[in-house]
Amino acid sequence: MLKRVHFNSSLLPYLLVAPQIIITLVFFIWPASQAVYQSFLIEDAFGLSTEFVWFENFEYLMGDEIYLDSFVRTLFFSAAVAFISMSFALILAGFADRVVRGATAYRTLLIWPYAVAPVLAGALWVFMFNPTLGIFPYFLGFFGYDWNHYLNGNQAMLLVILAAAWKQVAYNFLFYLAAMQAIPKSIIEAGAIDGARPIRRFWTLIFPLVSPTTFFLLVINAVYAFFDTFGIIHAVTQGGPANSTTILVYKVFNDGFVGLDLGGSAAQSVILMLLVIVMTFIQFRYVENKVEY
Amino acid sequence: MASIVLKDLVKDYGKVEVLHHVAGQFEDGEFIVIVGPSGCGKSTLLRMIAGLETVSGGEIYIGDKMVNKLEPADRDIAMVFQNYALYPHMSVRQNMAYGLKLRKLPKEEINKRVEEAAEILEIKDYLDRKPRQLSGGQRQRVAMGRAIVRDPQVFLFDEPLSNLDAKLRVQMRLEIRKLQRRLGVTSIYVTHDQVEAMTLGDRLMVLNGGYVEQFGTPIELYDRPASVFVAGFIGSPAMNFMKAKINSGKIKLPNGTILNSNTQLSADITLGIRPEHVVADAKGALELEVEMFEQLGANTLVHGKLKDSDEPFVASMPGHVSEEPGTLMKFSIAPEALHMFDAKTGKRLEP
Ligand SMILES: Nc1ncnc2c1ncn2[C@@H]1O[C@H](COP(=O)(O)OP(=O)(O)OP(=O)(O)O)[C@@H](O)[C@H]1O
Ligand SMILES: [Mg+2]
Repeated sequence: MLKRVHFNSSLLPYLLVAPQIIITLVFFIWPASQAVYQSFLIEDAFGLSTEFVWFENFEYLMGDEIYLDSFVRTLFFSAAVAFISMSFALILAGFADRVVRGATAYRTLLIWPYAVAPVLAGALWVFMFNPTLGIFPYFLGFFGYDWNHYLNGNQAMLLVILAAAWKQVAYNFLFYLAAMQAIPKSIIEAGAIDGARPIRRFWTLIFPLVSPTTFFLLVINAVYAFFDTFGIIHAVTQGGPANSTTILVYKVFNDGFVGLDLGGSAAQSVILMLLVIVMTFIQFRYVENKVEY
Repeated sequence: MASIVLKDLVKDYGKVEVLHHVAGQFEDGEFIVIVGPSGCGKSTLLRMIAGLETVSGGEIYIGDKMVNKLEPADRDIAMVFQNYALYPHMSVRQNMAYGLKLRKLPKEEINKRVEEAAEILEIKDYLDRKPRQLSGGQRQRVAMGRAIVRDPQVFLFDEPLSNLDAKLRVQMRLEIRKLQRRLGVTSIYVTHDQVEAMTLGDRLMVLNGGYVEQFGTPIELYDRPASVFVAGFIGSPAMNFMKAKINSGKIKLPNGTILNSNTQLSADITLGIRPEHVVADAKGALELEVEMFEQLGANTLVHGKLKDSDEPFVASMPGHVSEEPGTLMKFSIAPEALHMFDAKTGKRLEP
């Protein structure tokens, strides 16, 4: 039987949780409700009057080519970032799991990128790929490849994908490594005795056994690519050239603070909010219960 | 099927040497049990034969092939682990078929072998379950099944029964023995349980602290233990030991008791007497102050101390015996049943 602890004052528990509740209210709930409210408003071009229009902003978005393009682009971006950073992390973790000597140094080095702020990560990549100064365009020039992500939309997309994925590798690596080290060693040894070479063991034993982690990371990475890559994009391409790297969060910022369409921007952010709620729900619903062995 | 030869095998982890020059020859089809207390290096030795640990010195032959540098996959062995090490994400059928698939056997052949093994081990009903849906004993069988479908040259077992309850352990022990007889595959079985060792092994290798104390049939080990360690390890209840002096055939115990022996040695010895070898005898020379009885039904263990000393002594009497604690019981013992070991080295002294 669980015993309840009784406090004489019924006020104390509320006082204790108050700071948490106040922070949540002030910094999360209130802005969120403001965004929802904003999304029902339309402001005139000079910001002098506002009109309450219910779902008009949303209706407009659903018919807006540019918005729908951005939506598809975000899905692509997000899938590419998740795929690249997760597969890279998986491979690195696969090696790290086998390393015996110098394992700590190796792991520590791999974790560093995660400590780099998104904007700095972006700046790093901007320098490396600067068409006139950067080292990579210089080398690519030897192969006759012309790199200029200020003009070429595909190259710009590739660059932000790489930068965003690079930053997330460390995080994914940590989770994969932890998952791999939780696999009993004797299972891998049994595989070796059954005749599986290291690569075969990796694909038939280790990879399936870390599948719960893969699923978990898939959601985390999607959320990351959707929401946390703003800094990188802002530093690297500012959404350009010609909107080719304008993903949804960037568009919220652009339309709201540059284009000053507050209502439309708020509507976009409400849609993003719903997306993150759905993803979080999926995560709790499946990741928590889904331990597939 | 193959014989196995260990030549001067050494294992060290950095500076610590955990196996010291282990040698032995295991014949084709033999059931070898490696037995010894915890930490003596049994698992290490087995894992070296499996190829899961590197060899620091010496050579291992399976058949006539030197396997020191071969991957486990190339040694044609199968192993049953203590924790079974079943692949958790595969069904029982897939677990058993995994090694065969890697060997690229045709599908029908794989199916046939899996069905056969399942039949033998009586796990046919569970073929489509996952390991987590099985009991410990059933998992144990699946692990065995995974080994036998491969039809390897050698079976290796690392304490496969230690996670089972006592009754199941006895039952599985018999089954493993029958199965090995039937398949005739050379097997090496690691355990720290001397009863398991005695009942299973054609021959036993007793390890102690990384040294081979003795290697022989169970009966040899019981009748003529090569050292105090083996004598104390093999046999249940354990042998009684006491310091003694032997002088031209007469053995003198610390409490003054004189026992006859069939030797002409003169030396300081450790005398060993098995509890089951003493006979109640009113004219016997051994006098025991009884402290306690353990009634086992078929026999009775008499615990006490040798008269006028603090030497504990256990005697095993057939049937039911009960006396008042504190009474003096007298026993005699045949000179052939006395085991004499050098007091310093602990090695057996032959008459
Ligand atoms: N990786 C290692 N590094 C250093 N010493 C080790 C290592 N692995 C094992 N040892 C040592 O080697 C010795 C033998 O270990 P091993 O696992 O073979 O014992 P065991 O006889 O199987 O014991 P148990 O019955 O408890 O399983 C032990 O003293 C252990 O401490
Ligand atoms: Mg062991």
